[in-house]
Amino acid sequence: MDINQTPLYRRRKRLNQLVMVLCQLATVIGFIFLFAILFTLVTKGIGAISPSTFVERTRMNGGGLGNAIWGTFLMTCAATVIGTVIGVAAGTWLAEYSGKGLMAKVIRFINDILLSAPSIIIGLFIYAVVVVPMGNFSGWAGVLALTVIIVPVVIRSTEDMLRLIPNSLREAAAALGAHRWWIIVRVCYSGARAGIMTGILLGFARISGETAPLLFTSLNSNQWNFFDLGSEMANLPMTIYQNMTINAFIPDLVALAWGGALILTAAILILNIAARYFSRQRS
Amino acid sequence: MATTNATPTSGLGRLSDATRRRLQRKARIDVWFERTLFAFAFAVLLLLGAIIASLMLSSWPAIQRFGLDFFTENRWAANVEVFGALPAIYGTLLTSFIAIVIAVPVSFGIAIFLTEQCPGFLRQPLSTLIELLAGIPSIIYGMWGMEVLAPLLRTWFPSVFPAGTGLATAGIILAVMIIPFITAVSRDVINTVPAVMRESAYGLGCTTWEVTRRVILPSVKGGLVGGVVLGLGRALGETMAVTFVIGNNLFLNTTLTGQGTSIAALIANQFSESDGTQRSALLALGLILFLITFAVLAFARYLLRNSTGRHA
Repeated sequence: MDINQTPLYRRRKRLNQLVMVLCQLATVIGFIFLFAILFTLVTKGIGAISPSTFVERTRMNGGGLGNAIWGTFLMTCAATVIGTVIGVAAGTWLAEYSGKGLMAKVIRFINDILLSAPSIIIGLFIYAVVVVPMGNFSGWAGVLALTVIIVPVVIRSTEDMLRLIPNSLREAAAALGAHRWWIIVRVCYSGARAGIMTGILLGFARISGETAPLLFTSLNSNQWNFFDLGSEMANLPMTIYQNMTINAFIPDLVALAWGGALILTAAILILNIAARYFSRQRS
Repeated sequence: MATTNATPTSGLGRLSDATRRRLQRKARIDVWFERTLFAFAFAVLLLLGAIIASLMLSSWPAIQRFGLDFFTENRWAANVEVFGALPAIYGTLLTSFIAIVIAVPVSFGIAIFLTEQCPGFLRQPLSTLIELLAGIPSIIYGMWGMEVLAPLLRTWFPSVFPAGTGLATAGIILAVMIIPFITAVSRDVINTVPAVMRESAYGLGCTTWEVTRRVILPSVKGGLVGGVVLGLGRALGETMAVTFVIGNNLFLNTTLTGQGTSIAALIANQFSESDGTQRSALLALGLILFLITFAVLAFARYLLRNSTGRHA
């Protein structure tokens, strides 16, 4: 009898085919859901976007999203700048100075926890330590909440990227008489720059879509607020949230929320693609 | 390195005063550079302490007033000042459980498809797509759940989902949200299996499924479970994807599909209009959520410590 015809062989083959079909089915189901979301987003969002969406402020009827887009951009940039300084410094310590000590292990563990801590908790924390003492919601509180979210991302990518720099480079620089800080600044950073930039860009993309930490920190506003971080700052995610909940009875505002959601998602996807492009340039 | 440069050795003695001062200044910079960096790293440690301390302090009045009743009271009624965490805790755990039950088989299926079966030209584009989808902000998932999924469920299964929204709907939305995440982690983990192991199993005559089941999965078990637990951590703390579709029913409703609430949704809905005891009780809920996710994430990191698991 041909070995391919034994019952055992047939059973194994059938089981294999069954599982493989199930895997393909899972792939199809997963992508159907995700494409359905993107499809809804584009079909509902595209109609609500016009040039005036970007320049007019939010109003109870009509209006645009200009102030919200600006507020999100400003707060995200400010948080990214602060987060980069803190994150790169801390990540450098972990990669270059920490060794195998207990302190490094603890900090790394805490950083991993903060990396995936619920963002609404960060919002509550900033509310308790910034908003309550200051007495009002403010753009600064929003910036700080976003900073707490981006710092772990930057620390992680800085450490990972610096660890990729071969030790022989450090040793060569040291043999030429360079001090250790000089080696880090001139040799290690220039080698790891593209990777660290990728991490920062991904962090930027992540915090620009965060809603929960802004609920009790920067709140929202329907006025233009260009640089006054001391008072409430309009922002895109909160505007979307409010238009979909407390203002949901006004069809125009719901449509505008979908427009805003499309703008936000498109910006985040472009940032992610740019980050990917950056890291490919490196290798 | 720093100390050898700073110590005046016989070699340094031969240098001019200016050169020696310059070297000593650089050595001092070296010391301060390290101290500054360490201060920033230490700030991360303080940050976690500050988060826990501030949540504890600000929720203390509620904890003191309600004590253990906080965990047994089955309703959250602000008008009569009765605050029970049970409905929110039940909703948080149940929605996350539903999400994991749906997301794990689908994600593993996609990951196995991508690593074992997928034709080469599709592998990279599909993997990139999955990673990009993991970056979509969670509020988008919530909006889609409210506008598309909930009405669909109401039309298709009116007896199971009379309102469309509810705990099960929230669970489904969470599942869709964490599928790209768990898939990306699982794919990375599976890709760490050396090709030699795979090839030797195929060489013995194994089918694709037998290779996956007997060789690949056992060797990366820890990493896979770690990825799932990380996904669970996301689902537990998710606010925006859930708030829109969970129904916001503040009384305990121990069904699968009924309307309910979760800790994050309850905080998001009530915090800005609350004060006094209610605000303190909401902060206590936040503390509970943080402790739950802390335990879950610590467990995930423990499992992932030897795998790649680079994802946030």
